[in-house]
Amino acid sequence: MLNDLKQYLREDKLKHILCSGCGHGTIMNALVHAIEKCQLDRDNTVIVSGIGCSSRIPGYLNFNTLHTTHGRALAFATGIKLADPQLKVIVITGDGDGSAIGGNHLIHACRRNIDITTIVFNNNIYGMTNGQYSPMTPVGSYASTAPYGNIDRSFDLCKLATGSGATFVARGTAYHVTMLTDLIVKGIANDGFSVVEAMSHCPTYYGRKNKLKSPVIMMEMLKKSALPLTAFEKLPAEKTEGKYAIGVLHHEPAPEYTKEYDRVIEIAQKGAN
Amino acid sequence: MIEKKTRLLQGNEACVEGALAAGVTFFAGYPITPSTEIAELLSLYLPRIGGKFIQMEDEIAGMAATIGGSLAGHKAMTATSGPGFSLKQENLGFAIMAEVPCVIVNVMRGGPSTGLPTATAQGDVMQARWGTHGDHPIIALAPYSVPDTFYTTIKAFNLAEKYSTPVVILLDEVIGHMREKIEVPDHVDGIIDRKSPEKSPEDYLPYEAGPDQAPVLAKFGSGYRYHVTGLTHDFTGFPTTDPKQVKYLMDRLNNKIEMHKDDIIEAEELELDDAEIMVVAYGSVSRSAANAIRSAREAGIKVGLLRLKTIWPFAEKHLKKYADQVKAVIVAEQNQGQIVYEVERLIGCQAPVYAENRYDGELMKPEQILNRIKEVYRNA
Amino acid sequence: MSKQIRLSGSGGQGMLLAGIILAEAGIMSGKNAVQSQSYGPEARGGASKSEVIISDLSIDYPKVTKPDIMLALTQEAYSKYAGDMSDDGILVIDESIQLSGQDKCKVYSIPIIVSARDVLGRAIVANMVALGAIVKASEVISFESLESAVLKRVPRGTEELNRKAIQTGYELIAG
Repeated sequence: MLNDLKQYLREDKLKHILCSGCGHGTIMNALVHAIEKCQLDRDNTVIVSGIGCSSRIPGYLNFNTLHTTHGRALAFATGIKLADPQLKVIVITGDGDGSAIGGNHLIHACRRNIDITTIVFNNNIYGMTNGQYSPMTPVGSYASTAPYGNIDRSFDLCKLATGSGATFVARGTAYHVTMLTDLIVKGIANDGFSVVEAMSHCPTYYGRKNKLKSPVIMMEMLKKSALPLTAFEKLPAEKTEGKYAIGVLHHEPAPEYTKEYDRVIEIAQKGAN
Repeated sequence: MIEKKTRLLQGNEACVEGALAAGVTFFAGYPITPSTEIAELLSLYLPRIGGKFIQMEDEIAGMAATIGGSLAGHKAMTATSGPGFSLKQENLGFAIMAEVPCVIVNVMRGGPSTGLPTATAQGDVMQARWGTHGDHPIIALAPYSVPDTFYTTIKAFNLAEKYSTPVVILLDEVIGHMREKIEVPDHVDGIIDRKSPEKSPEDYLPYEAGPDQAPVLAKFGSGYRYHVTGLTHDFTGFPTTDPKQVKYLMDRLNNKIEMHKDDIIEAEELELDDAEIMVVAYGSVSRSAANAIRSAREAGIKVGLLRLKTIWPFAEKHLKKYADQVKAVIVAEQNQGQIVYEVERLIGCQAPVYAENRYDGELMKPEQILNRIKEVYRNA
Repeated sequence: MSKQIRLSGSGGQGMLLAGIILAEAGIMSGKNAVQSQSYGPEARGGASKSEVIISDLSIDYPKVTKPDIMLALTQEAYSKYAGDMSDDGILVIDESIQLSGQDKCKVYSIPIIVSARDVLGRAIVANMVALGAIVKASEVISFESLESAVLKRVPRGTEELNRKAIQTGYELIAG
């Protein structure tokens, strides 16, 4: 198994830049296992990212990899997928990259339902630039640009993706690795736009600013906060504070964009002849 | 035997015809006046040839998707205008850094900001040069007529593929929107297609440039797995901060354009052989200038025109050829003065350089240039 | 030969199409031609114009500076655009227009709109009636070139109507 997995890594590019205790490595691990389970062909798979800690991960993965500009991974990926629908396209983005500067691209990729699987590594902070608050930083948390506590309300990214038209939406965590792997597998299998929000943690910045003393404590937080969807739905409203649902949150197939475009080509070519 | 069809086309339409003749198969963009005809026509034509058109959610995404389409092996383009060109700058820089061939058409309108969406201007020539951050080379071409737009667009695609780089077309609104007679050939020779790597995937190094300094980027999905990044990288494509490698990449990017200037730069020399005054102009204004020098010649003034067709890299050689011969230089532009500084820098110590400008949205008339020629002639 | 032509009317009167047809007729007769028009808010309602230059030589400056031939279909278009006519030019206007008395050029005041609406039954072909009249008055191109350019551009099924329209216009100019 391990040897099988090694083929997906650029071993000579490791060791990675992630801090010790960071949740991102675990999510990358889940992604690689999911790719193995889906038996994706390395030559026909493109992994695209934006800017940030998680966006450095494609460099360690042995595929066609594209590390783009901040927030724009989905726009580049859309071009690639439309240009060659045979390619399997996976996007790696973070909470800042994907929901702030890249938020517009996210909702429109959802709307088009183009067959791209997006993994949002959500560590609730801008880690690469020293821990500023992101649109996913909880109210009341501290960050290097929220020294008095964050007053910005955060997104529910999964609801945003569902409302925008994504056909597969799921949330997992770096603690529930097996489940996360399974969710990514399902996301890749969905013929359309899939969003998997992977809850991560940043001990270096979020942890330090918020008196979460160790990665272990942060892992325990992930464990405590995440509830399977069915259990979460049974919770009375007053008890949902600080908790979130994990699992498949939305799955509703719809026509996939590049297949719809093939129809456009068909109509255009009929009309022209 | 090449058949030619006489047509009356808009500059924007000729741009589309040129792109198709060059082999465009991918367009991503966002609607903006006065460039919309380009997107509209390509949305109609591309699917007919199995190509792809997509209207993205914003200008930034239009540029990004164009780069994506190119990496997947297509000849890719986008079209925009002033405000959109500003928004595209960061990803234009990415295409320069990652050396992704693509064509960006900027149909220039009056600025700054929203400015004059339907009026002509040449205010973006310096933005084309330095709009994206950091040191970088750029190729920018400026057609002056509808037929020239057709051939310039073909040239833009050829240069993009040859040197693995983005190429900007600066089209004046006047040229983009006016209709003019054009003989459209049914076939164009000399189309340059993307090279495929000669080495096997095991030995392939994406940014190991050949003697021409240009890399050969394999199409995604062709069995060559490699990494593309906007970070400064070495020949493997992976990030580096090693000063030696950084300098090597910066120099190579620059040399790639610099050493091929003779291939890239085009300028027309009209009646310059015996000229005592040289008018320098490009795009639509060079038409006004051509008219003006004819009238001036009729009045006995020895004046000629240097029509720049390539704006960047700059036609230094052409300019210097006449620097000692002429007594004065007039740079006529549809802006408050941009290229004039480049001319001044290069030959200002050899001949006085005067700026003639118009920036009210109306195309500069021949009389304006003629009057300036007469005035300069009297005082020379 | 080089002629500057300005076609003006209100937005929706088909000045753009008329300009394109005239320019196409020009190139069909082996001449050079350029056409340009007003864009943006100006092109929607209010006075709008479409300009054409037809020449035996190459055309450098693509805009009309001093029209040799001018069409005005509305009072507003006449007031806005007829001021810079060439003295030996030809002005073709709809009969509904009140002249300012300042025009030094030759003026043809003819029932373009009425002919389109009442004789041909379609106000929309006023632009074609006008083209017929302009060609007769100025001889900038032949009627045959105009006819083939019109037939190339107009929607299928409307060929006869449009052919009649340019013929009607042609006959509105005496001589």
